[in-house]
Amino acid sequence: MDKDEYQKLVKEYTPKENKLKKAFLAFITGGAIAFIGQVIASILQESFGMNTTESYTWLCLITIFTGSFLTSLGFFDNWVSKLGCGLLIPTTGFAHSITSSALDVKKDGLVTGLGASFFKLAGSVLLYGIISAFFLAILGVIIYG
Amino acid sequence: MIYLNAFLLGGFICLLGEIILDNTKLTPGHITSIFTVLGALLSFLNIYPMLIEKSGAGATMMISNFGNLLYEGAITGYKNMGIIGLASGLLTKCSLAITSAVIFAFIFALIMKPKD
Repeated sequence: MDKDEYQKLVKEYTPKENKLKKAFLAFITGGAIAFIGQVIASILQESFGMNTTESYTWLCLITIFTGSFLTSLGFFDNWVSKLGCGLLIPTTGFAHSITSSALDVKKDGLVTGLGASFFKLAGSVLLYGIISAFFLAILGVIIYG
Repeated sequence: MIYLNAFLLGGFICLLGEIILDNTKLTPGHITSIFTVLGALLSFLNIYPMLIEKSGAGATMMISNFGNLLYEGAITGYKNMGIIGLASGLLTKCSLAITSAVIFAFIFALIMKPKD
């Protein structure tokens, strides 16, 4: 068997990731989360008399609590591997990354474990968010005045 | 109408992330960082506030809103305090997201046992 034939065989037997299905699942999950969030925001506005900014702030708190709580119960990881970006890109993903890294390093102690590795996964979001927002804000001040 | 918009925008952002994740070697960490920077950029171009107005939670629940809040915080700080406000105001608006994520993660890490 020569090399080309072998490559062909390998390609045939590698399990195909169904990209279309994964993309569809991410779309449905992300959309459903946003839809439920909008329902909660509307309830907060109608029943508690909040303005829109207040309701979205409360919604953010609720989302982060849910993401963090479900992660600590242990089955959020399975969902993430199935639904992918549908759960990672909403704010639940941010809470998930912090909580799961906190749970992983808990055994190494409060300071050397939790303290040192708390932002292991979420750190890049904070770092590049702050860097880009800071320099864009300087640019914005120069351009828009 | 805002419900449909929220569904479509939230779904679209997640779909975009999933397509990037599946077709490149980038990790979820890369994706969330890219979307945060993208949010700051859209806020800089004045597009993000419009998205929030049109599709509500579809824009505010995504990680890109984090970049938007950072940018808006810096600009609000500049309006209140001048140049130094850029730095002192940067984290004000997204303080809730960071604080609550840290507090909940810490509490749950202390009381729950990790599952393998």
